[in-house]
Amino acid sequence: MNSVAKRTSKDTQLLVARSLRRRYRSEWIFRALGIVAVSLGVLAVFGLFGKIFVDGASVFRQSYLTLEVYYDPEIIDPDGGRSPEVLASADYQALIRASLREKFPDVDGRQNLRELYQLISSGSFLSLQRAVVANPRLIGTRTQLTMPADDAVDMFIKGQVDRDAPEAERRLSDQQVAWIDRLSSAGSLKTRFNREFLSNGDSRDPEQAGVRGALVGSMLTLGLTLLLSFPIGVAAAIYLEEFSRRNRLTDLIEININNLAAVPSIVFGLLGLAVFIGLFGMPRSAPLVGALVLSLLTLPTVIIASRSALKAVPPSIREAALGMGASQVQTVMHHVLPLALPGMLTGAIIGMARALGESAPLLMIGMVAFIVDVPKGLTDAATVLPVQVFLWSDLPERAFVARTSGAIIVLLVFLVVMNATAVYLRNRFEKRW
Amino acid sequence: MTPSLTLLALLVLTTAAFWIGRSRSLATVGGPRGVRDLHSLPGHYGMLTALWCAAPALLVAAVWWIFQDQLLIGLVTSHLPADQQALPIGEFNLLVNDLRNVVAGNTLAAEVPAATAAAAAEYLDLQRIARVALTLLVLSLGIIATVVVRSRINPEMRARNSVEKAVRAILFICSLIAVLTTLGILLSVLTEAVRFFAKVPVTEFLFSTSWSPQMAIRADQVGAEGSFGAIPLFVGTLLISLIAMLIAVPIGLMSAIYLAEYASRRLRKIVKPLLEVLAGVPTVVYGFFAATTLGPALRGLGERFGLEVASESALNAGLVMGVMIIPFVSSLADDMITAVPQSLRDGAYALGATRSETIKQVVLRAALPGIVGGVLLAVSRAIGETMIVVMAAGLAANLTANPLEAVTTVTVQIVTLLVGDQEFDSPKTLAAFALGLVLFVVTLALNAIALFVVRKYREQYE
Repeated sequence: MNSVAKRTSKDTQLLVARSLRRRYRSEWIFRALGIVAVSLGVLAVFGLFGKIFVDGASVFRQSYLTLEVYYDPEIIDPDGGRSPEVLASADYQALIRASLREKFPDVDGRQNLRELYQLISSGSFLSLQRAVVANPRLIGTRTQLTMPADDAVDMFIKGQVDRDAPEAERRLSDQQVAWIDRLSSAGSLKTRFNREFLSNGDSRDPEQAGVRGALVGSMLTLGLTLLLSFPIGVAAAIYLEEFSRRNRLTDLIEININNLAAVPSIVFGLLGLAVFIGLFGMPRSAPLVGALVLSLLTLPTVIIASRSALKAVPPSIREAALGMGASQVQTVMHHVLPLALPGMLTGAIIGMARALGESAPLLMIGMVAFIVDVPKGLTDAATVLPVQVFLWSDLPERAFVARTSGAIIVLLVFLVVMNATAVYLRNRFEKRW
Repeated sequence: MTPSLTLLALLVLTTAAFWIGRSRSLATVGGPRGVRDLHSLPGHYGMLTALWCAAPALLVAAVWWIFQDQLLIGLVTSHLPADQQALPIGEFNLLVNDLRNVVAGNTLAAEVPAATAAAAAEYLDLQRIARVALTLLVLSLGIIATVVVRSRINPEMRARNSVEKAVRAILFICSLIAVLTTLGILLSVLTEAVRFFAKVPVTEFLFSTSWSPQMAIRADQVGAEGSFGAIPLFVGTLLISLIAMLIAVPIGLMSAIYLAEYASRRLRKIVKPLLEVLAGVPTVVYGFFAATTLGPALRGLGERFGLEVASESALNAGLVMGVMIIPFVSSLADDMITAVPQSLRDGAYALGATRSETIKQVVLRAALPGIVGGVLLAVSRAIGETMIVVMAAGLAANLTANPLEAVTTVTVQIVTLLVGDQEFDSPKTLAAFALGLVLFVVTLALNAIALFVVRKYREQYE
């Protein structure tokens, strides 16, 4: 009996020892799989951000060409009437061309001159036009003007175009390269911070295109979204958390809120198109409609966050207030709500951050048009940052790839600021009981 | 008088009404010293007056604004020449569209026919009159209400009770907005879809395999009848979602397990928020990455192995969508895993199980319902995701299961059908709403199933 027990325990030991190696190996494999998964995730983060920042960083610098421009009265206003219509419609392109010819007196022939003119951004004349219309006394004077260079020149300066590539594979010809070298060594072609990218609206010329219009559109839309969804969301949360009795209706409301949180955003866009534009006849492409759609979209997020903030307020506060003779409404408005407000704000900001990155529903309501002007009001046609990213990503010019990444960087900066504010608010005002 | 100016005027009036009500209540009891004779606080009387001043006026204004445009369009178009009123409905809608564009200032009056321009001018004229009339109406309503309430204020008036009743009613109405939104989505999508199915049979939509929604807009135009078989879209959507889940579920689940069970507290504190950053990145950014970086890279890789990879392949969109969903899966799985009580793990360790055995045979089994629910929610998110597929997947319907070919999805088709100028009546536009209905129903069903799974099979540890 004793020996049998001994033998089995020895067998068992052997069995265990053999299986242990296998089990330890599978333990090791499992753990390694975990590490691989985590590193893949982290790699995705760095890959995504790295790529965007490497591509987009170059946008914030831009090559500028300094030229001496003569505001030739013969070209701008030969009659000397100085009427605003004449000044606005004059051929300012010709002024720039003349000053380019002055700089390169040795260039002649139609073809060569056209190549010369290509060096400068074709939209530069607009800044001349604005200057002259604002101040007609400029006419007849000479000034040094700095204008953005063409995107092909800009990319060449930044080293994104191979100098040694055969002429046919570059957008710049050999003689254009020679001119660029002459301009650079003379100090007329310089790179500096790209102010236009932040101050211009959209444009078909990459070197003139900026995010200002989209930025203002985003702010208008988000501002109204916050104004609508925060009070409504907080009110709904207060009702559900503090006043409602459990019955069929409140159950229905709760199920609805949870479901809405999971409805694809594009469906909200369909709602906006059919109801706000189709039924109510609101203008297309307007921040007003965008804000209405985004408010409905963020409402569930705001309600859910506000409810958990209300839940975190301990019942003793309510009981104390009620015990002092406050009515239920007074209890909530004077005591519970102020204590829950920081948590609610945090939730609202996170909801707004989501709304800022949202573009699918806005495509549905037409906020996807090419809009040069910066919107001035809630009913002007506008676009928003993520939609601007979408629009630019579709364009064939290579310079727009960098613009798109630059717009994404601006978008991400805003998201980071909003989320950081939310975290700060939470840490600063969160009370634990 | 723009609408915002009207609102501003009303706001000023309401503030005034508050102070009028407040001071009147104090006056009825002979100044601040008599305040204890009042039934409610002076502020309550002020609030009551303000509410009566603002609420009816706002209601009238809201109804007015909702119907103003339709009314004005109706009025203006009834003055159009008879031959234009007799136009077929499609062309008539185009005319109304022109009219709206002129009114909104998007088109110059000189660019449209004279009759339309005249109508637009009449519209603007009427609009100006309507705005002034509304402002007058709203303000006089507010003033009348204020005067009436003021005359009725007396010390016995139960102002607090009335104000609190109103507050509760307002809160309740706000909570109803969620229900109204669902109802609005359902009604708007459903009515348009029903109109679509009156033109294209449901069976053709659901079971036919050819999708080419380009239809001739005018009768005399050359162009084939569109065909609306949505099977290729459903297959494409499922294919891309499947690829996304094949990426997201293993990576998300394993990283959640590693971070919850193996990783040191410090590593967890760094890596977890880092992964969650992926969830906060706007989806256009993923789409841009897929279209400009991953697509060409996959193509190049395919060429090296002699494979033909379309630059808008399902693989491309699916991979990037998978990355987007990783944090969604991992944070849900993490919640479920950490909710499993330590005692279960300790029990398994005491029986001699290794860590991975404990995880596989105890922790994951206990957390399974939650994880399944989370995965279902992730699937519904993948199906409804729009921007990534719009930017990285194809446009042409292509019935294939090959991940290297370009496919299109439901959301891509909704966007392509609805972006740009469109008629509200053509089957092309209505088809988008039918697709939206399918999308809404499918995601709703997935969420319901996920909720059901979690509720039914969840273990309660108390």
